[in-house]
Amino acid sequence: MIMEMNKDIKILAIESSCDETAASVVKNGREVLSNVISSQIALHTLYGGVVPEIASRKHIEKINQVIEEALKEANTTLEDIDAIGVTYGPGLVGALLVGVAEAKAISYATNKPLVGVHHIEGHVSANYIENKELEPPFLCLIVSGGHTHLVLVKEYGEYEIIGRTRDDAAGEAFDKVARAIGLGYPGGPKIDKVSKEGNKHAIEFPRANIDDAPYDFSFSGVKSAVLNHINSCKMKEEEIQVADVAASFQNAVVDVLVTRTIKAAKEFGMHKVCIAGGVASNSALRQAMKEACTKEEISLFYPSPIFCTDNAAMIGAAAYYEYKKGTRHGLDLNAVPNLKIGQR
Amino acid sequence: MKILALDTSGLVASVAIIDEDTLTAEYTINYKKTHSQTLLPMIDEIVKMIQLDLKEIDAIAVSGGPGSFTGLRIGSATAKGLGLALDKPIIHIPTVDGLAYNLFGVKDLICPLMDAKRNQVYTGLYEFNENTFITLEQQMAVGIEDIITKINEMNRSVIFLGDGVTPYRDIIIDKIRVPYQFAPAHLSKQRAGAVASLAKIYYDKGQIESALSHQPEYLRLSQAERELKEKNEKSNK
Repeated sequence: MIMEMNKDIKILAIESSCDETAASVVKNGREVLSNVISSQIALHTLYGGVVPEIASRKHIEKINQVIEEALKEANTTLEDIDAIGVTYGPGLVGALLVGVAEAKAISYATNKPLVGVHHIEGHVSANYIENKELEPPFLCLIVSGGHTHLVLVKEYGEYEIIGRTRDDAAGEAFDKVARAIGLGYPGGPKIDKVSKEGNKHAIEFPRANIDDAPYDFSFSGVKSAVLNHINSCKMKEEEIQVADVAASFQNAVVDVLVTRTIKAAKEFGMHKVCIAGGVASNSALRQAMKEACTKEEISLFYPSPIFCTDNAAMIGAAAYYEYKKGTRHGLDLNAVPNLKIGQR
Repeated sequence: MKILALDTSGLVASVAIIDEDTLTAEYTINYKKTHSQTLLPMIDEIVKMIQLDLKEIDAIAVSGGPGSFTGLRIGSATAKGLGLALDKPIIHIPTVDGLAYNLFGVKDLICPLMDAKRNQVYTGLYEFNENTFITLEQQMAVGIEDIITKINEMNRSVIFLGDGVTPYRDIIIDKIRVPYQFAPAHLSKQRAGAVASLAKIYYDKGQIESALSHQPEYLRLSQAERELKEKNEKSNK
């Protein structure tokens, strides 16, 4: 019995919710044995954003290769795997379905349990990988191209959303502004880079407050303000200072993200804050959050960039804690494009 | 020799197992539930019913397109996952060929029609010559009138089948100039039993592929690719 309790749990995890086809083998939720990602960014750049049908076609083309590489890199075989974890929402339905159908077939043919994982809970769990001491409760800010959430992680697998965006996700605003100032897709890394050359106080873009919801976000206002600024420059035949616009926009977004997160941490008595999702790689956000957390004596955690972007290791981490809690999904598991955090 | 066959190319979900020349199980439903919810439970049901050990399967046959893009991918991803886990090859059966094979042995021309939307059908033309299955026109996406014109030119009796019959029935009746029939309900939609029978012929000829390399054949670009192509062609003029 004791032997059984101490047995290592290896999970094969699969992620295909957007434009990365990914597979990973994760031991005990924290040790990444392999993390294979096949990115389609170059393909979608042609279209200025992710095209769902193209993404889905690419997933089916790559998925077996990615899984085989993940098993090989982890020096393991399906026989040694204890469970199959898979993202089943939220995301693009056609893209999700490829991973879900593949994972179910593998689970069925090997007779290994299937654990469906929420994509955002995966992003949160990415923090467990490199921070071995991190345990709930903590506050997590999730910022990506599709999501902006402030979540209380009360226990493993137990989430309470305390704030969310009312319109654009933070990463979406980065993409739209990047396109408007001619930086192209994907916007986040490009704005981050060019901002280092600019003056972040050059233009004062608005920070939106939502009256009855102190932890909610809105980024459509700041995005519109940038577009208006560009238009007025054009009208006045002034040259657009791309680096200054980028830096000022980024500063406005970062300012709101950091202020709300710190306010929530104090209000809910959280001494640990995590950031997660693609925008968690943003250097200005990391720097500002670090400074604010140090000042408030809050411990800050964030994953390496490779675990911020969509990946399957984070799904393996989340699947482990679900597995331990006894979560099992059946052969009829479906993709749920608008799956809610904490929903089972 | 055992083959597990799947078809999720249209509204129908169908699974079958063939053992040498015996169809040991076939399960077909035409219901509003998504293939994602039905396909594996259906496979599990027939596997249990005939007490099959999955490891005994020699290959997985899949109706690989054309059809509903999402439907095709559910079938292909399921086949690829089973192939990966069981280390078995995939047999890729063109969907329209599989449909035509429902009508084994008929003397007439066989014309499957799948509703491809955008005023098109996925279709092809087939015949049986001394029980040999012959493809006269490979599966393609064309306008309904184009395929009817072709049939009229061939001046032979024809049987239509497939989910494209219902939306185009009036046009067919109006334009066709040769004797024609519509296949009855039990033969007119995708059936994994026919896919399995055809797959056995493919398997015996060594026409298999790896689970790694298998992917659906859509016969169509995605909308974004099509629009980009049109835009580029316009700007080149």
